[in-house]
Amino acid sequence: MSNIIEVKNLTKEFKEIRAVDNLSFSVAAGKVYGFLGQNGAGKSTTIRMLLTLIKPSSGSIEIFGMNLQQHRKEILSQVGAIIERPDLYKYLTALENLRIFATMSGVKITEKKLMDQLDEVGLADRANSLVKTYSQGMKQRLGIATALVHNPKLIILDEPTNGLDPQGIADIRNLIIRLSKASGKTLLISSHLLSEMELIADSMLIIDKGKKLVEGSVNDLFDPAETVVELKTTDDAAVFEQLQTSSLQKYVQGKRNDCVLLKLHRNEVPVVMKELVKMDVNVISLHSKHSLEDYFLSLTTGNSHVEATKN
Amino acid sequence: MWKLLKIELFKIFKRPRTYIAFGAIAAVVFLIQIALKYDGKSYVDLLLNNLSGSFEFSDEFKGKLLNGYMICFVILNTLLIQMPLLVALIAGDSIAGEANMGTLRLSLTKPISRTEYMLVKFGASVIYTFALLVWMAILALFGSMIIFGTNDLVVLRSEGIEQMKHFDVLWRYFAAFGYAAVALTTVSALAFLLSVFAENSIGPIIATMSIVIVFTILSEMNIPIYDQTIKPYLFTSHMVAWKGFFYVQADAEGTTINGSIENLPAVLRSLGILIIYIGVFFSTAVWVFRKKDILT
Repeated sequence: MSNIIEVKNLTKEFKEIRAVDNLSFSVAAGKVYGFLGQNGAGKSTTIRMLLTLIKPSSGSIEIFGMNLQQHRKEILSQVGAIIERPDLYKYLTALENLRIFATMSGVKITEKKLMDQLDEVGLADRANSLVKTYSQGMKQRLGIATALVHNPKLIILDEPTNGLDPQGIADIRNLIIRLSKASGKTLLISSHLLSEMELIADSMLIIDKGKKLVEGSVNDLFDPAETVVELKTTDDAAVFEQLQTSSLQKYVQGKRNDCVLLKLHRNEVPVVMKELVKMDVNVISLHSKHSLEDYFLSLTTGNSHVEATKN
Repeated sequence: MWKLLKIELFKIFKRPRTYIAFGAIAAVVFLIQIALKYDGKSYVDLLLNNLSGSFEFSDEFKGKLLNGYMICFVILNTLLIQMPLLVALIAGDSIAGEANMGTLRLSLTKPISRTEYMLVKFGASVIYTFALLVWMAILALFGSMIIFGTNDLVVLRSEGIEQMKHFDVLWRYFAAFGYAAVALTTVSALAFLLSVFAENSIGPIIATMSIVIVFTILSEMNIPIYDQTIKPYLFTSHMVAWKGFFYVQADAEGTTINGSIENLPAVLRSLGILIIYIGVFFSTAVWVFRKKDILT
């Protein structure tokens, strides 16, 4: 079986709002699939449909080659998930929470295995602490432990790094990479952080207003040589005007509060620098920026390399 | 299914708030027992005042009246009115509480059907209700029997008095507690149904109590137009039918017949109506929940 998830023409309407609009995508076995979009793009609604929390208005979902509605139990027994925040029973301990969700997943699991699972996410020493005493990062890790406790083949994580500090984000990232590379799990991960997805995903889908914008492998979607550069000068407004009438005009993409945005190939950076010096521009800094916001901007302005990779 | 039920019970009995109801029952029962232990005679005099125009009571009779069985009857009369709130606290929290905590969405991603989930949740609420009644029976019935001893039970009615021999009482209490369990399960089922629509438990609890209070007022009102049109269909009209187990038949000489119930068909009819209510409330809850999009 090449694809673990096969979604076709999925649509969800809430009264007059179309949250997901004719969405189709597939997730290959053993890969990390990034599911990207800004807040409100329809990621969580799609994930909830994949987990049968929300009924689709139309379209079909197949997981492990089976229709989700017809084989719900069979499919969900092999799926582990976190949806948005990992909310757990705060008045119970981590071990009790894990035991409850392991039982609900239909697996017989020994106390040792439960402890091993907590150890895997670095919570073994706090196994008997009440969850209400946990930090956000610890709750997130416990949430992941509950998703993994029954050794699922498919793991769906909705915004797994939300609310985490940099160390927490790095820990989750390493865990995801380990699960994919060492254990051969298939992971579908939603996020609004493009930079995170670039580091862990093999392929990704970007949606906006419930519709697919682009889908493909990370290498195809993001040419690492193509970059957006933030140029900060002593007088941004004047420099912006100056650039509009110069030979650098073709690189100018826009202006932000305190900088000018240039879109160019990495090899062109020295040329631009030389030209700025010739123009007597007082440069304070020049650095590459790669954010989802910028990427969306490029999508909506019809950038050529994006157009080429649209499905 | 049994494992899931065990999980639900574990979750319920791990929460400190669960024990509020047990504490409240104990407090009320002990307060009544203490008051009647030290000032029972005044209470009995007060009760008999209403009947003194047509009856003469000896001091010996008054002394026999105040026993464990009678105390339990007083407690049942007082407490069964308040019990719906205690039951609604847990049943109203069943689904709405999980939605509020955010654990509902995680639970429903597990390989359990929504119908199974509802069965387990409701089953746990029913067991909790039964546990409350067992607790009440231990304190109110057996506790009072130990403190006050046993004797014949005299029940005062507007039509007169009912007297049951001491050996003919205990089974009536078991039957009454069994009936009360069904009555309170009806309230539990209502709170459970309302819980499906809410995302925090306060709403269903308040809504359940509001319905119970309004229905109880309507059930108690003596307005002829309501007697045949509304009252027979209100579940609250049938919740007090447990008292029927303490109304006995008498023979031609007016002597009570041991082991008899004055109007068993009426009690059974009320029981059947309550069971129908439970079925309607629960099946509606399952139907709504199966169709519901989980957005919390």
